[in-house]
Amino acid sequence: MLLGRLRGLMFAWHTTRRKLSSSQPGAASPFGSWRCEGCGGDLAWEPFLWLREAKVGFSHSQITRLYSRFTSLDKGENGTLSREDFQRIPELAINPLGDRIINAFFPEGEDQVNFRGFMRTLAHFRPIEDNEKSKDQNGPEPLNSRSNKLHFAFRLYDLDKDDKISRDELLQVLRMMVGVNISDEQLGSIADRTIQEADQDGDSAISFAEFVKVLEKVDVEQKMSIRFLH
Amino acid sequence: VVNLLGISITVLFTLLLVFIIVPAIFGVSFGIRKVYMKTLLKIFQWATLRIERGAKEKNHPLYKPYVNGIIAKEPTSLEEEIKEIRRSGSGKALDTPEFELSDIFYFCRKGIETIMDDEVTKRFSAEELESWNLLSRTNYNFQYISLRLTVLWGLGVLIRYCFLLPLRIALAFTGISLLVTGTTVVGYLPNGRCKEFLSKHVHLMCYRICVRALTAIITYHDRENRPRNGGICVANHTSPIDVIILASDGYYAMVGQIHGGLMGVIQRAMVKACPHVWFERSEVRDRHLVAKRLTEHVQDKSKLPILIFPEGTCINNTSVMMFKKGSFEIGATVYPVAIKYDPQFGDAFWNSSKYGMVTYLLRMMTSWAIVCSVWYLPPMTRQPEEDAVQFANRVKSAIARQGGLVDLLWDGGLKREKVKDTFKEEQQKLYSKMIVGN
Repeated sequence: MLLGRLRGLMFAWHTTRRKLSSSQPGAASPFGSWRCEGCGGDLAWEPFLWLREAKVGFSHSQITRLYSRFTSLDKGENGTLSREDFQRIPELAINPLGDRIINAFFPEGEDQVNFRGFMRTLAHFRPIEDNEKSKDQNGPEPLNSRSNKLHFAFRLYDLDKDDKISRDELLQVLRMMVGVNISDEQLGSIADRTIQEADQDGDSAISFAEFVKVLEKVDVEQKMSIRFLH
Repeated sequence: VVNLLGISITVLFTLLLVFIIVPAIFGVSFGIRKVYMKTLLKIFQWATLRIERGAKEKNHPLYKPYVNGIIAKEPTSLEEEIKEIRRSGSGKALDTPEFELSDIFYFCRKGIETIMDDEVTKRFSAEELESWNLLSRTNYNFQYISLRLTVLWGLGVLIRYCFLLPLRIALAFTGISLLVTGTTVVGYLPNGRCKEFLSKHVHLMCYRICVRALTAIITYHDRENRPRNGGICVANHTSPIDVIILASDGYYAMVGQIHGGLMGVIQRAMVKACPHVWFERSEVRDRHLVAKRLTEHVQDKSKLPILIFPEGTCINNTSVMMFKKGSFEIGATVYPVAIKYDPQFGDAFWNSSKYGMVTYLLRMMTSWAIVCSVWYLPPMTRQPEEDAVQFANRVKSAIARQGGLVDLLWDGGLKREKVKDTFKEEQQKLYSKMIVGN
């Protein structure tokens, strides 16, 4: 009883000092028991059960680390990230496709992403473990399957989300990747050639199935996976 | 009761005078601070062990911060990576430049890697500690603290806030007022050797008192390389305390912008006793004017070495960021100094976007101590074949190597500003070469 009280005192002292020094009330502390505004409820110290339910698949320590990262990016301290929060990362800002990648985090029409959404997107990049490869097909496909990784890349090309990569969309993405260094004509012919090689049903656009066919030999599992050090 | 209070205050003041101020004036030390530091270390180790035990009992993994990053990053270039992806995809010849749909995997993965863990943004917030130092501000594992530890923490709070804080504030007050009055008085003397001698000792004495006001335990290495007249001293920047630390061991001319308020009073008093280089706010933007004044100062061999922090902003002492080339263009001998703080006893980093100056100083004065090591590196001069930027990078690498810090090319200004578009354009250019060749 006494111990609990003393401990509570220490925690209260700490959060009061943080609240006094931070500009916004209700600043979330990532450790101990805390309120996760973005995921709509109290997050107990027990491993993030709801993340497990969503089959995100990260280990407990990885989730804690990524939550720490999430809160350090969240400058407004309101439990969600905006596009500006992402653009503040210099190495992402200099990535030619930085804006497209940032866009992948935000669901349709929204401009705030909470921790759950953040983790769902990052879950695509978990390495595929051996024991997962032979899982039965009854459950929903894990987010980091080969097909879902390819779908993530497909969505980077597919600007209007109509499940097809048209010539215009390919041109726009190419323009983002090369900047001003290549002329319109050259870029146009590159786009034409790519579509010609990939297109099988003659609609001058690349569907997801055609996309998968073109990349069937690429080692997607390795190239679209990020390994944790611990 | 009033008598008792009067007596205790007198006793306190005499103790203060004898044990702290008098040694500061003469530059000697009783070694009290070193003993204090050793005792604290033992307590911290014990505290960490208890927390680990607490966590093990509950069968929970403990949160341990990893300073070297949380994900594995390959140090390969854009070209190599994209070639790798293409190689696994098709059997076509790799030498012909062309576009593949799979190229996007490179940018995609690199982007997500930087979202999970990037090299730059983590330098602008305080370093995380591996063991707990009995300050609630650095504790990430509240649940595992036993009764004994909580009591110890409470004791720590009492000592820090009720004993150390008033003591330190009294010392700081003494130090600053002595500095202002001392330099003003010395300023009235006629120019000559007497004035220089007095000025030097007034400065040193006051900085030493300030060092004790922060309970800073500093270890100076290689003091034979200390900066000489006509040189420029450059160091990595972590907090405004760096100035106090360096200036308590050497006599420097400061460079900076004139502020208002208390800082302004101190600056104006200091410049009466010896020629510091203060700029008005409007003059700071004029780079030529700044360079001219610095060059004039440096060429006068009777003037003191200049102290400059080329990073331009406070970095969290885990890395050294880009040095601005201004001070390296002047052509004087550069004396690099590496400062490394031990964050166990109190984190000296000033996160200016989070804390104002007063909050920062309060945090400093309620930490256990400020422990740091200062290395004076051998002087460097610009070689004929290198330009100012290369020289700056060379000095930066030397400082990073000595201090055990990560050497980054990123600009510390990224704390507040957006990154320049030229970096993105470089990436785009590199990639264009891969699709259409030169």
